[in-house]
Amino acid sequence: MNQESLNRKARGLFVLFAAGLFAFGLGGALLLSPSAQALGGGDGGEGDYGKTLKEVTDKGYVQCGVSQGLPGFSNPDDAGNWSGIDVELCRAVATAIFNDPDKVQYSPLSAKVRFESLRSGEIDLLVRNTTWTFDRDVALGLEFVGVNYYDGQGFMVRKNLGVNSSQELNNVSVCTNTGTTTELNAADFFRANKLKYKIVAFEKSDEVVAAYDAGRCDVYTTDRSGLAAQRTKLSNPREHKVLPEIISKEPLGPVVRQGDEQWADLVRWVLNATIIAEELGLTSANIASHKNSDNPKIRRFVGSEGEFATALGLEDNAWAYNIIAKVGNYGEIYDRTVGPKTPLGLSRGDNALWTDGGILYAPPLR
Amino acid sequence: MVGLGQVFLLWLRENLFFSWRNGVLSVVVGGFLLWIIFLLGDWFFLSATWSGGIEDCRMRQDGACWPFVRVRFSQFVYGFYPSVERWRVNVVMFVFFTGIALLVWERTPWRGKIVLFMLCVFPLASWFLMRGGFFGLADVSTGRWGGFMLTLVLASVGIVTSLPFGILLALGRRAESLPFVKAFCVVFIEFWRGVPVITVLFATAFMLPLFMPASVNFDQLLRAMVGFILFSSAYMAEVVRGGLEGLQRGQYEASDALGMTYWQSRIRVILPQALKIMIPGILLTFIGLFKDTTLVLIIGLLDFLGMIQAGISDPRWGAPNVPFTGYAFAAVVYFCFCYSMSLYARHIEKKFSAGRDRRH
Amino acid sequence: MSEAVDHPYRERRGVLRGLWASRKGRGLIYQVLLFSVLLLLILILVSNAFYNMEQRGLKAGFGFLNRTAGFGIVQSLVSYEETSTYGRAFVVALLNTILVASIGVVLATMLGFVIGVMRLSPNWMIARIATIYVETFRNIPLLLQILFWYVAILKPLPAPIDLFQQGESFFLSFNNRGLVFATPLPQAGFSLVLWALSLAVLASIAWSWYARRRQLQKGDQLPVLWPCLAGIVGLPFAVFLLLGLPLDFVPPVMARFTYEGGSTVVIEFFALLWALVIYTAAFIADIVRAGIQGIPYGQSEAAYSLGLKRTQTLKLVTIPQALRIIIPPLTSQYLNLTKNSSLAAAIAYPDLVSVFAGTALSQTGRAIEIMFMTLSVYLSLSLLTSLAMNIYQRRTQLVER
Repeated sequence: MNQESLNRKARGLFVLFAAGLFAFGLGGALLLSPSAQALGGGDGGEGDYGKTLKEVTDKGYVQCGVSQGLPGFSNPDDAGNWSGIDVELCRAVATAIFNDPDKVQYSPLSAKVRFESLRSGEIDLLVRNTTWTFDRDVALGLEFVGVNYYDGQGFMVRKNLGVNSSQELNNVSVCTNTGTTTELNAADFFRANKLKYKIVAFEKSDEVVAAYDAGRCDVYTTDRSGLAAQRTKLSNPREHKVLPEIISKEPLGPVVRQGDEQWADLVRWVLNATIIAEELGLTSANIASHKNSDNPKIRRFVGSEGEFATALGLEDNAWAYNIIAKVGNYGEIYDRTVGPKTPLGLSRGDNALWTDGGILYAPPLR
Repeated sequence: MVGLGQVFLLWLRENLFFSWRNGVLSVVVGGFLLWIIFLLGDWFFLSATWSGGIEDCRMRQDGACWPFVRVRFSQFVYGFYPSVERWRVNVVMFVFFTGIALLVWERTPWRGKIVLFMLCVFPLASWFLMRGGFFGLADVSTGRWGGFMLTLVLASVGIVTSLPFGILLALGRRAESLPFVKAFCVVFIEFWRGVPVITVLFATAFMLPLFMPASVNFDQLLRAMVGFILFSSAYMAEVVRGGLEGLQRGQYEASDALGMTYWQSRIRVILPQALKIMIPGILLTFIGLFKDTTLVLIIGLLDFLGMIQAGISDPRWGAPNVPFTGYAFAAVVYFCFCYSMSLYARHIEKKFSAGRDRRH
Repeated sequence: MSEAVDHPYRERRGVLRGLWASRKGRGLIYQVLLFSVLLLLILILVSNAFYNMEQRGLKAGFGFLNRTAGFGIVQSLVSYEETSTYGRAFVVALLNTILVASIGVVLATMLGFVIGVMRLSPNWMIARIATIYVETFRNIPLLLQILFWYVAILKPLPAPIDLFQQGESFFLSFNNRGLVFATPLPQAGFSLVLWALSLAVLASIAWSWYARRRQLQKGDQLPVLWPCLAGIVGLPFAVFLLLGLPLDFVPPVMARFTYEGGSTVVIEFFALLWALVIYTAAFIADIVRAGIQGIPYGQSEAAYSLGLKRTQTLKLVTIPQALRIIIPPLTSQYLNLTKNSSLAAAIAYPDLVSVFAGTALSQTGRAIEIMFMTLSVYLSLSLLTSLAMNIYQRRTQLVER
């Protein structure tokens, strides 16, 4: 290849690039101009009603924001499939819409970007062990639609320190995660009890575990579900214990964008359906045999009586039936993700039905 | 054999024991090196768990836990890319590495054409192939891309797109007769070079959606790419500037004297020569970019290191040596890639400087 | 422009064409185009931002800086409580960043020069280990190295509970919480010691200036380093002794779990500093090597034939000349170190990105304001470093003349 033809090629390349740049600029300017905003219909308010469900049905899957790897809540397994109690809720929503729990795509999100991802429309639903707080619900343009796990912040310490109550924790150094409510809760707790502490806040849980395991901190604080999960990773889990007190309320729940009440209702009632099913004793194994039940509550639930789909924008009146048949009721989901037989080994506690001493209580389906 | 032994002894005396102080130093330093090698070898191989599962790893906490890497290997490479569609990634990676190998081997015919193909056709083609959604290819959204493949995508996109931008910026920075263009280029370059990569990624992840109209939806990958392109363009501009300044003034003057216009002289005379000098610099920028991709996990993308971290957080693999194994594996992989690239960069540099010396 | 007017045939083709025909005119068109495109882009982006913020119910403004932060920070150079403001948290975080970056720059330069010189050592083993060092640490991502060094430093260190009995007080300790030492409390008269120190520093500057002038005039070398050091250390110390030790120490006391009181430099600081120094020194070493190799060997030969030893040759002949080659890339390494200190969030060192762009941002949600402040800080740090190095470089060039 001689120099001349190389030069010609280089020039051709450059002209091509310049043309591309020009087109890019023109297209970008058009796309970015405020008039495009009006076309996009992002004018909020009533215009958003039903928008999310329509988009979801059009693209054929639910885009679900989950954590980047929190055991029991959302975590990729060896085969790359996501599992966990948050993931199951995403699957339940997909089942209600498409009658297929696998029509979900997961967006692993860091704690920092999760709300922006939801607000910008990148995801349809955020189920990322997110605590329902006033500020987030009211001031951030978000809508919390329920609670899928009642958690509370706790403390883990070495057994050989001989601590029995969190009130004894004076002059301690505390390891925790940054960018979440955990850090502030800990600060509030120690200040309220006039205890001295030093907080060491890490970006990722794995580093918190490593530091705590190496003795950097006397105390590890995070949600108790998290403590249960991280404890399995310590070099000697039996030498550590979780203190009985809970220092904060952490109702973790699914979040949607403010403005689309239909979508909020849909997610809320998918969650409620899993709880109601447990109340009614419906499981994935037995629900098929209840299809022709005489109990009006069950008849309404499986969709043989009443009209519960169209108001939510759904087509299949048996959407709740599908959820239980394909994903399971709340108890089943709990047991296979965080329950006593999993590595986390968490008993139901507050997350038991209200009839069993817990606080799970769903409004009636009628 | 005796002769060889004597040569060896002579070599030892000349290079290690030429004074008693150096002799002691050699022994101490050599011992230290051996000790480190032994420690690493013990952890990586001798005390490591090679088969079994997590229980075996918990039993032997003083060594690496290789079953973890073996079980998760395909995730580390492909992320959540659906397993039936992975052939597409394989095709892209095969073409990528073959192209690179062909370019590295100096006697390959049509190297210029291959460069053009790798820079222009290949990135677009592979993007569409991996993304899918046409001709019956299943649509694989970028949210499912991950692992080593994502690392390669991010670094390559950064380099390929930053090259033209970098050239324009560098030319603009040297355009003394255009004060506004020059000022813009200087500010742009110095701004993106002056702020940490992590904050750039953070800013694009956080603020890009705020600056975009509601109808435009950038996914996470695109946002990260915007960040990478912005700052790698700035770095590339400095590499190009170095190349332009490395040329002798005579080249500029000669092309002016021939009556060439600005663009004629730049495209026909200056850039072809400058680009050659710049290859080592471009490679070093690529190495930097390749290492910097590890930071995308902060904005929620699961690249190679991110996938490893996600694997570590799995409670079924809860043992203290699992994180170390994951990180050590990552370190070895990153080292192999970066080191081979820097070796190649040095080789090219040597070749060019040899060529230049001959001319004098 | 006048060019175009001089040639009437160009006027016929219209003003724009006329402009395009001259080199200057084309330049003008380029500039106007770039300016208008930029202006348009900025206008669009800003209007979008306002629109989106309003849509999402987000507020703007720097008022949040006066609100109570409510979170703790493990290490602060100025006093900080949970009740302090976000503005205060910003200052604390900024100082932590500056602390690790400035110490890191000094140590990395020292280590980098040592390794760089080692790579050129005639001793094969020394040269080899320096090469291994450079190649290993340059080619592994810094984030991985930080994570590694953190655990590697933390693991072997004992916990305070293993070192001290409850109620025991101690003066100095390096444990897995960090470097813990008794807090010095200056008593009345301590300011005199500080005055003595300033005096000694001024005297040292004057002495070295005089010594240099004398060397230029008469050629003989006066001792500079040792007298100055003696003055700077000795004078304040003598004043301190004469005043009867006007300094109290408040020692840390071991409580039930960990110590109470005293001053602490957290262990994360050392881990981050170590990782940054090791990583950056690898790059500096290569720059130093290239710089020294860029000096013709004849310079060293000439120095040897004058009877200078290898270390003297390096110090007096080779490195001063190599500095001209070394300084520009060295500056960008300093900037890199400063920027890389933002990886501190990974190991909980409370730097600017970790505290301010991390915790404060997620508490307040003020992304634009906080990112603006954070980016400005790094930019100004970069500009300051560049400025300082430019001044230094100009000085070395003057000396060379």
